[in-house]
Amino acid sequence: MKISLNWLREYVDVRLPIDELARRVTDAVAEVEGWRVIGEMWDPALVRVAKVVAVDPHPNADRLRLATVDTGERTVQVVCGAPNLAVGQTVAFASEGARLFDGHTGEPTTLKLRPIRGVESAGMVLSERELGLSDEHEGILVLPEGTPVGVPLADVLGDVILEVSTWANRADLLGMVGFAREVAALTGGVLREPSREFTASGPAVDGLVSVSIEAPDLCRRFTASVIEGITVGPSPAWMQERLRKAGMRPINNVVDITNYVMLETGQPLHAFDYDLVRGKRIVARRARPGERLVTLDGVEREFDGEMLLICDGEGPVGVAGVMGGGNSEVNEGTTRVLLEVANFRAGSIRRTSTLLKLRTEASLRFEKGLGPEMAMYAQQRALHLFETVCGGRIASGIVDVYPGKEPPRTIVLEAARIAQVLGIDVPVEDVRRILGDLGFLVHHVPPAKYSVQVPSWRPDVEIPDDLVEEIGRIYGYDRLPATMLRGTLPAPEANPVMSLRERLRDLAVALGFQEVINYTLTTREKLALVTDPLDTVRRNPLGVVNPVAAQHAYLRTSLRASVLESYAANRRQAEGPLRLFEIGFEYLPVEGDLPIERPVLCAVLGGSREGRWHVGGGDALDFFDAKGAVEAMLGALGVRGTFTAAEEHGLLPGHTAKFGVGSEMAGIVGQVHPETAAAFDIEEPVFLFEVWVEDLVRHLPERPPYQALSRYPAVRMDLAVVVDASVPAGAVLELARSHRSQGVTTRAELFDEYRGPGVPEGKKSLALRLWFRADDRTLTDEEALKVRQGLLARLGREFGAELRG
Amino acid sequence: MTTETGSLAGLEAEALAALEAAADDAALDRWRAEWLGRQDGRVTVLLRGIREVAPDERAAYGAAVNALKQALEARLEARRQALKRAELERLAREGAIDVTLPGRPQPLGRLHPITRTLRDCLDAFRAMGFRVAEGPEVEWDRYNFDAARIPEDHPARDMWDTIWVNTLIDGKRRMLLRTHTTPNQIRVMERTPQPPVRVVVPGKCYRQEATDATHEWMLTQIEGLAVDEGVRMSDLKGVLYEWARAMFGTDRRIIFHHSYFPFVEPGVEMAIDCFICRGDGRQCHTCHGTGWIEILGAGMVHPEIIDNAGYDASRVTGFAFGIGVERVAMLRWGIEDIRHFYSNDLRFLGQF
Repeated sequence: MKISLNWLREYVDVRLPIDELARRVTDAVAEVEGWRVIGEMWDPALVRVAKVVAVDPHPNADRLRLATVDTGERTVQVVCGAPNLAVGQTVAFASEGARLFDGHTGEPTTLKLRPIRGVESAGMVLSERELGLSDEHEGILVLPEGTPVGVPLADVLGDVILEVSTWANRADLLGMVGFAREVAALTGGVLREPSREFTASGPAVDGLVSVSIEAPDLCRRFTASVIEGITVGPSPAWMQERLRKAGMRPINNVVDITNYVMLETGQPLHAFDYDLVRGKRIVARRARPGERLVTLDGVEREFDGEMLLICDGEGPVGVAGVMGGGNSEVNEGTTRVLLEVANFRAGSIRRTSTLLKLRTEASLRFEKGLGPEMAMYAQQRALHLFETVCGGRIASGIVDVYPGKEPPRTIVLEAARIAQVLGIDVPVEDVRRILGDLGFLVHHVPPAKYSVQVPSWRPDVEIPDDLVEEIGRIYGYDRLPATMLRGTLPAPEANPVMSLRERLRDLAVALGFQEVINYTLTTREKLALVTDPLDTVRRNPLGVVNPVAAQHAYLRTSLRASVLESYAANRRQAEGPLRLFEIGFEYLPVEGDLPIERPVLCAVLGGSREGRWHVGGGDALDFFDAKGAVEAMLGALGVRGTFTAAEEHGLLPGHTAKFGVGSEMAGIVGQVHPETAAAFDIEEPVFLFEVWVEDLVRHLPERPPYQALSRYPAVRMDLAVVVDASVPAGAVLELARSHRSQGVTTRAELFDEYRGPGVPEGKKSLALRLWFRADDRTLTDEEALKVRQGLLARLGREFGAELRG
Repeated sequence: MTTETGSLAGLEAEALAALEAAADDAALDRWRAEWLGRQDGRVTVLLRGIREVAPDERAAYGAAVNALKQALEARLEARRQALKRAELERLAREGAIDVTLPGRPQPLGRLHPITRTLRDCLDAFRAMGFRVAEGPEVEWDRYNFDAARIPEDHPARDMWDTIWVNTLIDGKRRMLLRTHTTPNQIRVMERTPQPPVRVVVPGKCYRQEATDATHEWMLTQIEGLAVDEGVRMSDLKGVLYEWARAMFGTDRRIIFHHSYFPFVEPGVEMAIDCFICRGDGRQCHTCHGTGWIEILGAGMVHPEIIDNAGYDASRVTGFAFGIGVERVAMLRWGIEDIRHFYSNDLRFLGQF
């Protein structure tokens, strides 16, 4: 909302500098997003008020005229192109050297005078655009009659416009009076409310119009008055100026009064041409489904059965609280006005305006919840203006149908509650002053209670804590000390999945992987590239109704697509090794329930390994780099994975393994199928692994499998065996590692795999390095040889292994 | 005897001259074999020849030859050390490497800046006794809105533009991508039969919003909640003050502005003093000249929500806050565009 400081001063004295006012308002009322100083650049000596005393044609141009202007000091002649120029106008006049805005470009400029079509011009009569007031450049700015000639324009038109963002529950702050009340409470000022006095000299209103409310749940109050003897025309210049500063376009005196009172009070009003109201009666009722009306904006609207319409004797004339109908609009020929000021249920207006996609100044106020008492307040204020501004004759009486009348709300506030919530005591006199200034009626009930009556314009205040907030914000939150929580600590919630996830994150980083975080929404097409066609869960991701963009329409059921995309995007930027990982959720749909959010670590790697130099480099990363990373992670977690060859959609067969821990599969590692990689614009071999966090966590030891260190040295021996080429090396290694004999444990590593000359066709040689160790003695070579012999025999039985000769 | 002694002196001079000529380990080994070798080293032979010396001269002879042997061994060791030292000196001098050549690249992983910032925040709250919990990203509208006192047809819903999940349940759309972590206030209290509650809940949230330098449709939030008898707004101030100093420097100051969120009463927004311009920059892009940077929303948990959790709202109070992690990260590192975070460009990620 735009708040004109000049206008605000009509209701409350403002003595604070503007930045201080803005700061205090932001602290306690609503956010001041900024402010604009009008007339900041108007030089008081060069931009002044003048009067047009004569208008003559330009000798050399049809569209230009010569204005004779009284500047208060002298009379000068200027060339002017404005069509609205007329004798008697009070105008803004600039002399040479004045800082202005260019009327065409809108850029700041300095006025330089030169002859226009051969006629000297002594200055310039200004448009709003040239003054920086608005974009209006059709004609010159005409000042209110009676503006003193010769004074600096800044004195009469200078202003500060505050841009204030208010809250969703405070309709009252969308009116100048409500805002002024807050400023008064904040600065110790006194609120001056506008006049609502008028004389009702017309016929009795009851004879002119009847009102009935058929939907009292949606329409809590409806007031109506009739004004006769109106001449529709422009509203006074002061009113137009204020409307413009508030961001509204002046229309005519009748419409302007309704808008002006709305800006003043926060209560929307609507004026009908009384003579276009059929049957001289108004009915507020629910629409019949499919009913239609052309609204003031010229659009035909269709309604459902929950929307409230304002109807006359024959049909709809307005959408309650949103917009009037074109069929009863005030026009140039209007002489009698029916003025509606009503109160509607906030949620209903909100629903209607949302469904119609029609947000108006009126609906924005109604949806925030207006107090019904404001209807009569605004009605009276508008009638005052109709009488003083339009010279209308006001019918006697105001129709007031008020089915929703409720007694004022009273809240009992225990003084102790203030300290309980805020942490400080607020003195009684401050409580009374603050609430009193905001319009609450406060009775202090000694020793420690307040009985507080809530003003009608504050329906948002419902409970004692709402009052605590009123007190706290005006008293000042800066008076709160910074204290620390007391009392017992809550029991911790164990979250092993979260702990493991964070541990994996650290391990991946330690292994040289860069963490990425991708959008969790993607497309079905991308998911189809990395999920199995038979996987009905992952192939049927949850979609969203209103994605921010088409490429973010489905919740990902796999991380692989996003991480591969990150890989491809970064490959375009850099050569060398790329190691990326993400930890996130797969969103797996569940019929009739929230999806399962399954945590997964997904990593990809590829490119040439680090070499001596920062460019070029060593050989390419391969499957065993990926597997090595997995093994390192598992090892750090105190477990050893079992890898078995596997096939997986999107991964290259023969280059893919699943790995398990205990009895459970806990992840996968493999080369991305070159066709899949190509679909992501990756042309090089790229490898991927996943760790399934929830599956892994179940098989982790609670603590690391710690073993005391042996005091005795190990005996190191090598063993080369020949097995069928089809025997998995991992199985041989696993058996060696599990070999125990008479208190001797075996540590085993594989250091060579060989096929070729010296090894029979269809066979391979596996070279093992073995360390034998006993906990209680130093092994002799003979003992160690015996253990190795036992191991060889087992390898022979299990895998047909023979000692390589 | 004199002859004997004299010949020993000549022998020593000869040996030392040969030692001086030996310039590497191999030559030293050869010299040692010639003079001190076990079998036929010349000094060894002399020692062995003691049997042929007259008995009364044997003692003197043995002592003299032994002294010669020890002297030669000492000189050999000294010569070895000198050669080693000379070799190292040569390595340092002639074999000097160009230390300005780049080091050999090492694989280096990094956490995402959002993860880092999130962790730093959580650590600050853990230090104040907060537990860390989590809740679902795909959420029921009841938890996201209704239970947080944001009914349908209330304009407060405009504060959270929602991405709805395309699933109808009993003919209605009820699933959405949570717009904030606030539903976890409800979820945590639901599973905590009695206070105290002291928890922070991090996670991703989503908004149906056009993106620009300061708006992103996917964001990371931390919800904070402390509920117990005796929890005051001044405690909220203390906890957030502590957090702000942990994240932005020990000399930070904080301020509460009045604000409105349906699930808290009173509601505030917290700002920290601008550590970029330190309050005197009318042109400061970070605080826009106000000297204060709005950083999060907070407030006292609405008593209706306390009641709905089954706690006695007349005795139990609570506070809640919601932190936008991206905003915190942008401020602490001076990142100008929020869209960098999820574009995953290593040129960006590699800087943190």
